[in-house]
Amino acid sequence: MSFFSFGQSAEIDIVLNDGETRKKVEHKTEDGKKEKYFLFYDGETVSGKVNITLKNPGKRLEHQGIKIEFIGQIELYYDRGNHHEFVSLVKDLARPGEMTQSQTFDFEFTHVEKPYESYTGQNVKLRYFLRATVSRRLNDISKEMDIVVHTLSTYPELNSSIKMEVGIEDCLHIEFEYNKSKYHLKDVIVGKIYFLLVRIKIKHMEIDIIKRETTGTGPNVYHENDTIAKYEIMDGAPVRGESIPIRLFLAGYEMTPTMRDINKKFSVRYYLNLVLIDEEERRYFKQQEITLWRKGDVVRKSMSHQAAIASLRFEGSAGAEKALAQTREDSH
Amino acid sequence: MSESTVADTRRLNSKPQDLTDAYGPPSNFLEIDVYDPQTIGVGRNRFTTYEVRMRTNLPIFKLKESCVRRRYSDFEWLKNELERDSKIVVPPLPGKALKRQLPFRGDEGIFEESFIEERRVGLEQFINRIAGHPLAQNERCLHMFLQEESIDRNYIPGKV
Repeated sequence: MSFFSFGQSAEIDIVLNDGETRKKVEHKTEDGKKEKYFLFYDGETVSGKVNITLKNPGKRLEHQGIKIEFIGQIELYYDRGNHHEFVSLVKDLARPGEMTQSQTFDFEFTHVEKPYESYTGQNVKLRYFLRATVSRRLNDISKEMDIVVHTLSTYPELNSSIKMEVGIEDCLHIEFEYNKSKYHLKDVIVGKIYFLLVRIKIKHMEIDIIKRETTGTGPNVYHENDTIAKYEIMDGAPVRGESIPIRLFLAGYEMTPTMRDINKKFSVRYYLNLVLIDEEERRYFKQQEITLWRKGDVVRKSMSHQAAIASLRFEGSAGAEKALAQTREDSH
Repeated sequence: MSESTVADTRRLNSKPQDLTDAYGPPSNFLEIDVYDPQTIGVGRNRFTTYEVRMRTNLPIFKLKESCVRRRYSDFEWLKNELERDSKIVVPPLPGKALKRQLPFRGDEGIFEESFIEERRVGLEQFINRIAGHPLAQNERCLHMFLQEESIDRNYIPGKV
């Protein structure tokens, strides 16, 4: 903002070189709105141009230097003053001097490390952005451009199922099983609840997905719990020996990958909460952590492979099994 | 190993259910009826008692069937015992109706038929709710209330 009606000012515009081809994704802003930003992955180069347009043509713009920075930072809402920068790169575009006309500067941050995923949460925000600055004696002119970073993983080598027997002595015993402990964001939770002992009057059962955002360290740890999903899996009273299936598609819910102790500042973890409700509205629950990860977009396999898998769903016909094995061989 | 882009959503294998479990009586049978209100005594010394009949197959209860007579203050006693000795949030009792006990009313006060019926329903809801609570089932006071002929107010509180 310029308090002087005379003098020169400028507008800064940052444009990426691959702005036409690069994918954009939606990301929630702090006030809950959704906006689209360019998507980057770890190791990718960030390059483009900084256009500086003089507002009053003909007048000179004196400056103390022009630079562009690539910053990755964590901002804790209760400690706004302190930004924790975990990536900070700078490129000088111009030495102190003066601009007599609008100019464009090229920049390139080569193979930038982007170790964490962008995250906007209840009490903490992790963001990456480019910031171009024209330094001046009294007030700098700067422009920021946010980008979004996704962290990708591949199918984990070890992905054991979760199987446990829990209950209240002499009252309620169940065995729950979830087919994996690590799920990708478009995965399906397949599981079952087996009733071993039922001495209470159960009215229904649901499974909830809870997101827990933890900020702070030591005695100042703060957990923010948010129930992302509530999914009823049983309506009515079960008896001993009954098995209730679970099939919960994760793609329908807005979730992030599990983030553990990011830069020692915050964590985002997910839990499955199995809740049984009895006729007097008493709730019995068992919480279990799951790990969520982000899968990269895979090239679509041939239709015949998908069709073979679909046909296997009709409880294993021998012909379909053979067709599936055949398409697997074909694709190698 | 080839990665499938279509998730396998087939059900997990489960043990087939034993037919006696499937069609037999459930293990959670517990029914308590509060009925047959009787007003005993004369004049200012009257009070109403109710029959409290319990039928259950829960092993924690010694008797599978029991029948006792209780009055409102007995229910109050049970509520107080449970609130003091356990961490349970005890459901509310139907009201004490003190206004109904004041003189110069046009009706029978707490011995009015419609009031007794209202109270009976409330007491039945109360006792069913609390008797089904797994933690309340551990308290001696609940067992004494439901299955012993009279309540010994000098009993030693504790767990079953």
